[in-house]
Amino acid sequence: MVPLSYYLVLSAILFSLGVAGFIFKRNLVTLFMSVELMLNAVNLSFVALSYYFRQLDGQIFVFFVMVVAAAEAAVGLAIIISVFRNRQTLNVDEISLLKL
Amino acid sequence: MDANFYLWLIPLVPLLGAAINGLTGKQRSERGVAAIAATSVAISLALSLRAFFLYSGTPVVESHMPWIYAGNFHVDFNYYFDPLAAVMTLVVTGVGLLIHIYAAGYMSGDAGFYRFFAYLNLFLFFMLTLVLAGNYLLLLVGWEGVGLCSYLLIGYYFRKPEAADAGKKAFLVTRLGDLGIVAAVLLIFKTFDSLNFTEVLPAAAQFAPEHGAWGPLTIIGLLFLLGATGKSAQVPLYIWLPDAMAGPTPVSALIHAATMVTAGVYLMARSSAIYLNAPDALTMVAVIGAVTALYAATIAVVQTDIKKVLAYSTISQIGYMVMACGVAAFSAAVFHLMTHAFFKALLFLGAGSVIHGMGGEQDINKMGGLRKFMPWTSITFLIACLAIAALPPFAGFFSKDQILWEAYSSEHGGLAFWIIGVTTAAFTSFYMFRLYFLTFHGQPRFEATAARAQGAHGNGHGGHAPHESPATMTIPLMILAVLSVAGGWIGIPALLGGGDQWNHFMAPVFTQAADVNHAAAHHKASTEYLLMAISVLISLSGISLAWWFYGRQRSRDEAAADTPGALRTLVANKYYVDEAYQFLFVRPLVTFSRDILWRAVDQWVIDGAVNGAATATRGLGSVARKLQSGNIRSYAGWVIIGALLLIGYMVGYSG
Amino acid sequence: MYEILFFVFAAAAVGFAINLLVQRHPIYGAISLIGVMASLASLYLMLGAEFIAAVQVIVYAGAIMVLFVFVIMLLNAGVEERTNRSRMAKQLGAPLVVLLLGLLTSLVYRNFPPDAAVRFGDFPGQTADIGRRLYIYYMLPFEVVSILILVAIVGAVVLAKKET
Repeated sequence: MVPLSYYLVLSAILFSLGVAGFIFKRNLVTLFMSVELMLNAVNLSFVALSYYFRQLDGQIFVFFVMVVAAAEAAVGLAIIISVFRNRQTLNVDEISLLKL
Repeated sequence: MDANFYLWLIPLVPLLGAAINGLTGKQRSERGVAAIAATSVAISLALSLRAFFLYSGTPVVESHMPWIYAGNFHVDFNYYFDPLAAVMTLVVTGVGLLIHIYAAGYMSGDAGFYRFFAYLNLFLFFMLTLVLAGNYLLLLVGWEGVGLCSYLLIGYYFRKPEAADAGKKAFLVTRLGDLGIVAAVLLIFKTFDSLNFTEVLPAAAQFAPEHGAWGPLTIIGLLFLLGATGKSAQVPLYIWLPDAMAGPTPVSALIHAATMVTAGVYLMARSSAIYLNAPDALTMVAVIGAVTALYAATIAVVQTDIKKVLAYSTISQIGYMVMACGVAAFSAAVFHLMTHAFFKALLFLGAGSVIHGMGGEQDINKMGGLRKFMPWTSITFLIACLAIAALPPFAGFFSKDQILWEAYSSEHGGLAFWIIGVTTAAFTSFYMFRLYFLTFHGQPRFEATAARAQGAHGNGHGGHAPHESPATMTIPLMILAVLSVAGGWIGIPALLGGGDQWNHFMAPVFTQAADVNHAAAHHKASTEYLLMAISVLISLSGISLAWWFYGRQRSRDEAAADTPGALRTLVANKYYVDEAYQFLFVRPLVTFSRDILWRAVDQWVIDGAVNGAATATRGLGSVARKLQSGNIRSYAGWVIIGALLLIGYMVGYSG
Repeated sequence: MYEILFFVFAAAAVGFAINLLVQRHPIYGAISLIGVMASLASLYLMLGAEFIAAVQVIVYAGAIMVLFVFVIMLLNAGVEERTNRSRMAKQLGAPLVVLLLGLLTSLVYRNFPPDAAVRFGDFPGQTADIGRRLYIYYMLPFEVVSILILVAIVGAVVLAKKET
């Protein structure tokens, strides 16, 4: 008997860790992985709530989130590659001009 | 549903043509591209004719698939076919087909040939969507689409800055009006809980007329009017159309004469049930139309660019149609829309033929005597001029006369509208024949001999003697000339022994409007004869005036260089209105302004306030600049702060 | 038993996530993220969402993370340097994250009383039902997402190809 709130709090913890990663890490790829972590955290709460309400729609939403995450990862990593080509660094503090 | 009308195919075929030409046209020959484009339009025309002959008196609604379903908001892809849609479809596809054939000749040798035809077909797709739409939202799709195509086609020569700018201008100005349409559509949904014509219009007919009140129907009507002033180039949003002449001439003929610019009139005619219960909006429409008609006609008198004359003439003629809508003579408005499509397309194509033959020259002061060089163009142009000058038995006479009569007799109209209409008619016949005489009569005023010696006989874009255009261009001219003569005969009023078939055919669309105008039938027949005679005389006097100034042997050379003294000075100076204002108001004002307002109020009070505001803004900006550090991690921090505020609000208020 | 399992996987997920924060080299970060995803997949199984659990392992841990590892290796990016260009992140970062966690938790506890329990196994996440629902009610989103993926593929190729 695990209360639903445990799942949601776990999701909140993971989400906050993702946010922390986004703020404190300096490597572009790691930043990206933090974003994925946040998405995963949200997915967890989707699944938990879908289970709680006995509705499948939550799970379908997770499915869509995953697909969009995949697309985002593909484009984002491509951007990272081209940034690295132009700048020879992945440190976000170095890439502070909003243009290349 | 007794027969399948295949309405959805009518717009779709041109779309297919556009897709084929746009995607694979680069590899095709010009002949192939033109064939695909023209064939797709021809199929549309055939389908429209089939639908027209199948039509049996009850409006056809074809619903094909659900489009947007959200709550009680239901919109389908449905098409609606009734006499109004039939007329519009036939005009669009018929004139469109002729112009396609013409453009095949006119544009030959152009680098973007396939692109041009792809745009043209895309335009037809959107235009047909507009006229066949069964609900306001689909109509809006077509409405925006034709705006887009208009932009693409006006800016077709995008390497020329003025063409690119004209395209942008047309797009943005009409967009301003489209805002009104969007708002009106939202309001229609809010008022009627539906966007389908079949539900909205009967419901609107049930409303009580809103006299002097700001009810929903009045607001919808005014918003539609705003949209129509943009798309149909009425005062105050007409400014884009003269510039739009930077596009290729077939485009001017198709979009800016026959079809797109009449969309506003179509919209009002379609929404006649709404307007009839909003008399204030109707009056506003009539005023806008009348003002535009007169205003544009007077400007047209002093234009020297052949296409600009026609552009202002178009604005003026659409002003007539809008005025007709405003006096609840919807069927007359659509009648004039049709005949105008014939003769104005003919005029534009004739002008295109002249430009083509003159090697790109558009200044009428540099033409003259083209009769001998371009016989077919000249004859058809003359027919079109007679049609637009509303001489019987040409098409323009019947439609314009019906508008004038209804403007006089309708309960929404009045003598003032009739006077404005007749005055405009005088100007119209004057400037059209000024154009005709200057272009086709008198002595040639261009340098042909020198170029002819070089034998520079290119594709019509080098300096050489004017020549008649190829058959692909002249045949459409002849067909349109026939239509310009005979197009009005379907609407011969009962008074002249005709059957008035037009109004009988259109009556079901404007059931209410018909009631309004039957009330006008108690006017004496003699009055109608008198008005008719007056308008014919006025037209004739305009023509003879034009002949006096431009057509006679004497003074042709001076006349060519200039419009007649008194009249020209009057119009060119905009009736001295400015000077009168100057004397009456401006000078006293200037003194008062300079000494009191400027020296005291402005420099001390207002400048102080403005500069204070600027300083404050600058201070705020220097603080806010720190937000834009360029560092992603700082941005993330700001995002989190925003999220925290939202969540905090939820925690605090949602309980 | 069920509670024990939950806490094991939850602890694993949080631990791996913290590891992602702590590690200096991105490749270790990627491995820990895979760990997080695997733990979450187990949690999904406990919530009766077998299909989502499988997709989580196949798509997320499999495909997406492989992409990450590829890029890390391709760019051969080393250990991240400790730069501190963002004053905002340095001074406000930690309090902001803590505040976020606190607010989210309070929101959860306010809206979902602790007696709303989740038990193991009485909600079979029928894959067939998901499929049916996906292809009937979510047809349009599904198609839109397909187009999105296509666009993303094209975009990725265009962005990442060598400039000639």
